Amino acid sequence: MDYDISELKRWDELIREKADEFGFSCYPQDFEICDHNQMLGYMAYSGMPSHYPHWSYGKSYEKIKTLYDYGVSGLPYEMVINASPALAYLMRDNSLLLQILTMAHVYGHNDFFKNNIGFSRTRPELTINMFKIHAQRIESYIEDPSIGIDRVENMIDAAHSVSLQCNRNVLLRAETRKEQKERLIDAARPVNDPFQRIHARPDYKEPDFHKIPLEPEENLLLFIRDYNPRLEEWQKDILTIVHEQTQYFIPQIETKIMNEGWACYWHREILNAIQVPQNLHIEFLVRHNQVVRPHPWNEGFNPYHLGLKVWDYIKRRWDDPTPKEIEKYGKPEKSGREKMFEVREADRDVSFLRRFLTEELIRELRAFQFEEKGDEIVVTHVADEDDWRIIKDTMILNIGMGSVPVIKIEDADGLKNRTLILKHYHEGRDLDRENVEKTLCYTQTLWGHAVQLETLINSGKKVYSVNENGKFS
Amino acid sequence: MLDEAIFRDTSQGSSGSDRSSGDRMRHRQKIREAIKKKLPEIFADESIIGKEKGKIIKVPIRGIKEYRFIYGSNGPGTGQGQEDGDTKPGDVIGKKDGKGQGKGDKAGDQSGVDYYETDVTLEELEEILFEELELPDLEKKALRVMFAERDSRHKGYRHVGIQARLSKKRTAIEHIKRKTASGFTEFAKKFPESVNNEEYRDLKIRYADYPDILNQIESWYLPDREHPDRWVLRFVFSEKDTRFNHMRPDIVVESNAVVMCIMDTSGSMDEMKKYIARVFFYLLHRFITTKYRMVDVIFIAHHTEARVVTEEEFFHKGESGGTFISSGYEKALEVIADLYNPELWNIYAFHCSDGDNFESDNSKAILLAKKICEVANLFGYGEIKPAGGGSHESSMINIFSGALKGFNNYHACKIYKSEDIWPVFKEFMTHDRNKGE
Repeated sequence: MDYDISELKRWDELIREKADEFGFSCYPQDFEICDHNQMLGYMAYSGMPSHYPHWSYGKSYEKIKTLYDYGVSGLPYEMVINASPALAYLMRDNSLLLQILTMAHVYGHNDFFKNNIGFSRTRPELTINMFKIHAQRIESYIEDPSIGIDRVENMIDAAHSVSLQCNRNVLLRAETRKEQKERLIDAARPVNDPFQRIHARPDYKEPDFHKIPLEPEENLLLFIRDYNPRLEEWQKDILTIVHEQTQYFIPQIETKIMNEGWACYWHREILNAIQVPQNLHIEFLVRHNQVVRPHPWNEGFNPYHLGLKVWDYIKRRWDDPTPKEIEKYGKPEKSGREKMFEVREADRDVSFLRRFLTEELIRELRAFQFEEKGDEIVVTHVADEDDWRIIKDTMILNIGMGSVPVIKIEDADGLKNRTLILKHYHEGRDLDRENVEKTLCYTQTLWGHAVQLETLINSGKKVYSVNENGKFS
Repeated sequence: MLDEAIFRDTSQGSSGSDRSSGDRMRHRQKIREAIKKKLPEIFADESIIGKEKGKIIKVPIRGIKEYRFIYGSNGPGTGQGQEDGDTKPGDVIGKKDGKGQGKGDKAGDQSGVDYYETDVTLEELEEILFEELELPDLEKKALRVMFAERDSRHKGYRHVGIQARLSKKRTAIEHIKRKTASGFTEFAKKFPESVNNEEYRDLKIRYADYPDILNQIESWYLPDREHPDRWVLRFVFSEKDTRFNHMRPDIVVESNAVVMCIMDTSGSMDEMKKYIARVFFYLLHRFITTKYRMVDVIFIAHHTEARVVTEEEFFHKGESGGTFISSGYEKALEVIADLYNPELWNIYAFHCSDGDNFESDNSKAILLAKKICEVANLFGYGEIKPAGGGSHESSMINIFSGALKGFNNYHACKIYKSEDIWPVFKEFMTHDRNKGE
């Protein structure tokens, strides 16, 4: 490092001054200066200072390191975790400008974490501790001679495979069974009918209160934990841990584009405002453009690029609308900045794109849609007048948790022999066969009895099942 | 104003901590397991035969995957066009599973199969491969093990020893240690390196009242051999410095086993058959040399005549001619009679042939095969019948299985294709043990 911490502190003060001026509201911020090896380590463990052990993190470390060693990908400039105080890492080998840029970018994320409604249930003050305690508990199971690493590992393997099969909207509290029951009773009551006398009495269907679950259940891990009596305490605990960690990351999965766009927008504004010296400014432009440049089609959209584009659009439309836009949407009632802060509070990627990804933007992005036809990948739609909506819908369908199929538990006593019946809520996309097989087998090991999955393949109904002995058919 | 940020520098002095090492190790173990599953395929590949030691082989193994419910490939994806590219509907932009192609922003975009290319040495491969196998039935013979002084092991250093085992490096180190400890180094800084007689005397007089220094002068200034009237500072090697390598004879347990590799090299053994036979014997040979030291291996190649050949010839030379299987057996029995008393030696005989024997030779072959069965721990016969070879060809397996019924140390297998080699090999190596149970 050809600069010292006091210099970073000086820049930090300038950045905070500007952030304050712009209206940020942040958690306290901690910066940890680390070397590139530490950075690789943090990356493999989602940035957490402590994390439970599992071979998959070793795999991800090797992968990141290989890519880094061969120069395929650099290390990210910034890595910040949603915690209070927010924890971010600065790599000591980075240039001064990169550190300044990173710091400004980190404050953007920090503000987003604190204010976006999706994160309101994440308990950031407990984050670091939660991961640490989880790690301690799992390590204690590994060290327990009656359990051991192999059994713990098998359990985590299985839990990881279905961890995303969970409640997607972390803002909604899961209903208790009692609440569900009450709602079902209410729904079953006959509607008030002013012409009762002349209408035939509607059939009263009694809800089946013996059914488990009462209504299709999304949280696979928790359900199995609560309804498989043969699981030992440590196994239940592992299911809980994996579930809790997944829930913690869901808001980040759901706001990737907004969040990165927000941070990029503000690091640009802040760096322009604090007036870095000329030589640093040129490096800033280079780095900034590296971060927000579009990706080639096969890598998907660059969330930094896409997010920034949309935020820029919001700012412009509210500050400086074209006559056409005024005609279409009316005169804006807020300033661009006010609108941006409102959006950063209330939206997530799906609604963000749904509301603000306009035809012009899609065209500007040169977005297109493709499909596999035989062995080839063929463009099916381009951003023209007719097709831009189709492209937009496909984009929205594939972001965040949209890329995870919705699979719910329909019945825990299927075929009257405790077969766990899962149903895939099919909306046009088929499941990958190999993954279904392996994941169902994992589910079976968790459930103990047979497991069945109902889905559609090529528009035809298809039932996959794994019997008690783990045999797939 | 936002709270002041806290800066912590953790990069100093933390170089030793490597948090992911445990998880990386578990991952590697899993990869090793994966290699193990793939090994038979690797060994069925001719290119590794006869490769010298230390050869590194690239093994493509499928990464240890983490499975989830993900979407397959029937859904559409979206992506971003190039600056200058004018993308039109109908444009073909890539190939499915094409190299380096991802799948854009599309559900299940992580479903791509990742292959690792792992570098392993041949030795490592063999070690993994032969982990569970051993020569069957080694216990049979009275003198089943002997103590052979084959190797000596380094067991540290000693003050005494024979000159041949003098460790120059160690001795030099000891010398430097003693030199530093004695104060010579300091002394040499203060005093001239070389003095003449007069100076030497002056020095002695000057330090006459300091017995310590005088003592040092007297012991470290030595007569210069090249200039008789001069004295030089030298710190000589002494017996205290010398260190000798200490070797311990290493007694290893050896088995007295001999393996006979008998291969049919006749004209009917075409390229494919020879290749299979060679892979089989190569495996056998590697297996024996990896797992057992001092096991004799005899290579016999036969067509109508048999001869004992070298390893090199055995694996690399082709011959042609008719087939008298009996000739191979005769040779083997001859070698056994000459060198390996069946009373003392564990004998393993393996024969690979396509079973296309001259009919007139069959009765003789059976007779000799019986004899081999009598003396050997195991007589393995592998018949190579590649698919499409036709069943009209005569087969020795049927003939042998009738004639050698009484011998439970006879074992025969058919090899149809190169993938069969490993299972057959394994069967041979576990043959007797299974029977014993």
